Amino acid sequence: MRQQLEGSRAVAEAVQRCRPQVVAAYPITPQTHIIEHLAQMVADGELASEFVSVESEFAAASVVLGAVATGSRAFTASASQGLLLMTEVLFNIAGLRLPVVMVCANRAVGAPINIFSDHQDSMALRDAGWIQLYVESNQEAVDTVIQAYRIAETCELPVMICMDGFFLTHTFEPVDVPEQEAVDAFLPDFHFARTLDPAQPMTLGGGSEPDNYQEYRHAQHQAMVSAADEIDNINTEFTQSFGRDYGGLIDHYQLEEAEVVLVTLGSVMGAVKDVVDSLRGQGQSVGALRLRCFRPFPATHLVAALRNTRRIVVLEKAFSVGADGIVATELRAALHNAGVAIPVESFIGGLGGRDLTLSLIEEVFRAASAEPSANCRFAGLNSLPDDIPIIEET
Amino acid sequence: MNFDVNKDKRIFGQSDIAKSGKKVATSGLHEIRFHGRGGQGAVSAAALLSLAAFSDGFEAQAFPKFGSERRGAPVEAYVRISTIPIRRHNQVYQPDAVIIQDTTLLRSEPVFDGLEDGGLMILNAERRPETLGTKALRWVYLPANRISETFLGRPLPNTVLLGALAAATGWVSLAALEQAIGNHLVRKGEEVVTANINALREGYRITLEQEEAS
Repeated sequence: MRQQLEGSRAVAEAVQRCRPQVVAAYPITPQTHIIEHLAQMVADGELASEFVSVESEFAAASVVLGAVATGSRAFTASASQGLLLMTEVLFNIAGLRLPVVMVCANRAVGAPINIFSDHQDSMALRDAGWIQLYVESNQEAVDTVIQAYRIAETCELPVMICMDGFFLTHTFEPVDVPEQEAVDAFLPDFHFARTLDPAQPMTLGGGSEPDNYQEYRHAQHQAMVSAADEIDNINTEFTQSFGRDYGGLIDHYQLEEAEVVLVTLGSVMGAVKDVVDSLRGQGQSVGALRLRCFRPFPATHLVAALRNTRRIVVLEKAFSVGADGIVATELRAALHNAGVAIPVESFIGGLGGRDLTLSLIEEVFRAASAEPSANCRFAGLNSLPDDIPIIEET
Repeated sequence: MNFDVNKDKRIFGQSDIAKSGKKVATSGLHEIRFHGRGGQGAVSAAALLSLAAFSDGFEAQAFPKFGSERRGAPVEAYVRISTIPIRRHNQVYQPDAVIIQDTTLLRSEPVFDGLEDGGLMILNAERRPETLGTKALRWVYLPANRISETFLGRPLPNTVLLGALAAATGWVSLAALEQAIGNHLVRKGEEVVTANINALREGYRITLEQEEAS
């Protein structure tokens, strides 16, 4: 049944339906509402889970690591500085192949301190070994939580659901949270084969020497690469059960015969679709592609979807300082490796909560009609007058 | 709009481009912007409006634009009410109606931005303001602080102003707003719910009278 819900509330209800036995989290804007709702559910007896109030995000990640290692389904959420404080533990969770599910309420990283949304926090953890799924709407956030537990527990890999802070977490919009019976039918109970059990002692996370560390890392990589098929399969199965389809690894809009394709991630895709409709109405053959799964990176899917287009513009809310847009760089490599020579132009925008307006998105599309630029550009940058000194001389 | 990507590496360097939000495919869409101060309930009002519009059968979206969350600081919140699903998550730049919860915001905040002639301005004020800007707007003004104090014992103007919006526009029904207040404030108890519903109805009644008189 569709209801008008705040995004954080909707996500908390989806988590509740997945029956986590342990929830541990530390408050940080804009993630806080999610765990507040979960804490309330536990207090009201609506969620049979142990809610662990911790002293930091590092502890929150450590608690869910321990919980899953001992065979419990667990949930945590964070953002920005909080997510980065988890970093060491998040690498460990992935290396231990523990199916933890967390939500990152995407927020900019300081300094300067900024509570608003961009993707720098989760993008900074792109090498941590977590599956990363970026969602467009609160409906997709809800559905992706349910999919994430299936993906994580099938692949024995952790999953991070990345939802834009404020743009999604604080937005009331219609959402259908699936009924408990339907979620139970889709998501079987968690049985962890490597559960730590005093009755059958074993070591989890022992040391590794130069003669086998690389093999562990290779196995981790192989697991991530093969997770792509599972993400696709579970999305297909979800569509069969619930009637909603997010394309699995990539989602696209009006891609057929599009000469210019804008590639992006997250909630801005809604506005991009509105701009595509407007430009198509003016006779321009444009389309859009949304990278739903950033890790594992779906290189072959991207090449297959984009190989017949003429120009590609990437619009992303994070970048590697001193280098380029992250998705643009990886997409160029994927196309190059496949022998496809299509110019990929890199636009950075929407940083620290800056709104990517319809007119700005339209300008990014139009940039693709000019000569391709090799350098990344910042969309929507305010000009500073050149003649104002930063420090006044006395 | 003309610009040359090769001429200026800081492409789209003009802030007005970033801030303007040209409307695309907006048929059957109403956009509302709330201006308030932290603690006056602008964010809750936006949520309530979206809940009511949804139960009236519309697609609806509500979200805040927080500064640093502190009491008294200027706050904006936005609502979209539509006959078709809403895909964008942008701020509202060209509102069809603006609700101002505190007259001091008229001086400090860009409350008129994006309002076109004929747009609706609902103001929490004891009397019609002297300076009303340059646009030919439709003004509704009502003493929402005083009304809310009567019912709630303290100045919480948001539900009074929602009643005014419902009366002035018909975009949402009074019954749906009452239901939304009942559901949204259920944890605060029956007394708070009843007081807010009475405040809502008073805002609705006064605005209808004002509309009939003009």
